[in-house]
Amino acid sequence: MNKRDWKINPLFYPDYKSTVLRTPKQPLIPVKHSLNELTGPAYGTSVIGEFDHDLTKNGIKNSPPLGEKIVVAGKVLDDNGKAIPNTLVEIWQANAAGKYIHKADSHDAPLDPNFFGGGRVLTDKEGNYKFYTIKPGAYPWGNHENAWRPAHIHFSLFGDNICSRLVTQMYFPNDPLFKYDPIYQSVPEHARHLLVSDFSLDLTESGICLGYEFNIVLRGKNSTPFENQ
Amino acid sequence: MTQTPSQTIGPYFAYGLTPQQYGYDHNEICNSRLADASAEGEHIIIKGIVLDGKNQPVNDAMIELWQANSKGEFIQTKKDGFVSFGRCGTGTNHDNQFEFHTIKPSNSEGAPYINVIVFMRGILSHMYTRIYFSDEEQANNADSFLQQIETNRRHTLIANKLPGDDLNVYEFNINMQGQNETVFLDC
Ligand SMILES: [Fe+3]
Repeated sequence: MNKRDWKINPLFYPDYKSTVLRTPKQPLIPVKHSLNELTGPAYGTSVIGEFDHDLTKNGIKNSPPLGEKIVVAGKVLDDNGKAIPNTLVEIWQANAAGKYIHKADSHDAPLDPNFFGGGRVLTDKEGNYKFYTIKPGAYPWGNHENAWRPAHIHFSLFGDNICSRLVTQMYFPNDPLFKYDPIYQSVPEHARHLLVSDFSLDLTESGICLGYEFNIVLRGKNSTPFENQ
Repeated sequence: MTQTPSQTIGPYFAYGLTPQQYGYDHNEICNSRLADASAEGEHIIIKGIVLDGKNQPVNDAMIELWQANSKGEFIQTKKDGFVSFGRCGTGTNHDNQFEFHTIKPSNSEGAPYINVIVFMRGILSHMYTRIYFSDEEQANNADSFLQQIETNRRHTLIANKLPGDDLNVYEFNINMQGQNETVFLDC
């Protein structure tokens, strides 16, 4: 496997206060990969419900959910540039008011009875995925005085094996909250744009929804055949 | 190409990733049962808690396991009552424990172990560790990976078999920091 890029994945970031007591302090121990690490779970269409790709439909009780309907699509690639087909992409997000259906979300904002906020799809043969959803709202959190998370969608991906596992967050372009959000800011400046989707008129569907493109790059197989080269 | 940076899983993953465990009306792709009663091999339970730097149990962590079956094979989709992958959150048990039902893996290249992936609010990137077994002393002592870990930290990778005779229950606690900080891996 290509190495994990630790330059873009800092561990300790004290402005995000929960990292202080939860981030390991000892250095990570490198491991030699065996079949144990170079394999991982795979899922087929049987785990995908009829509307799991469409969050504007999979929580409907009586009418469509409130908010701005969007489509989010992109490609899942490895860091050699190779598309990753048939891999599971799981997402979860807040509703248009910035409220999660999760029981522990205490934000004083309305739940939408017609919006669940969770979904999953498989990438196709070319590594493409596509979700329809509602643009999530910003929400406050307790990290510091007047702390608000920029609107985001949580993503979880598997890729080829357990080493390519990734959990991340997708943001929307030009969010004014970026500069105040320690979770976004924890990523070094040169790599932050990799977390931000692009508005796409090509993905935008006339009269239906705005389109955002978000490509995701996972760790791939070692592209240098001889390690000593 | 540059890899997409990791971001924290946050506190609200449960309805997306472990919906049935947390009582949400959505099916889940996997759960904490890797082995059904019909699975071949030595049935075991692995349970534990995740502790933060103040020794407080973490109630919003998610643990994933990836392991071989009793023949050393990796099973991607449940077959003959076994699948190599499992997932469990720490927010549904009053002690904030995770608990997996599985079988003891086999490993032809060394001591048997289970890969563990740890996610939670407050870590920007998931962490990898391994579960070895306290009743595999001989294999553990001969294992080249375990031998490279400092002796005073090695115990953090070893699940302790609890006394009792019904089922083989192992305790594996994960310490994010402190004197007993778990050995985490650059996997
Ligand atoms: Fe969030």
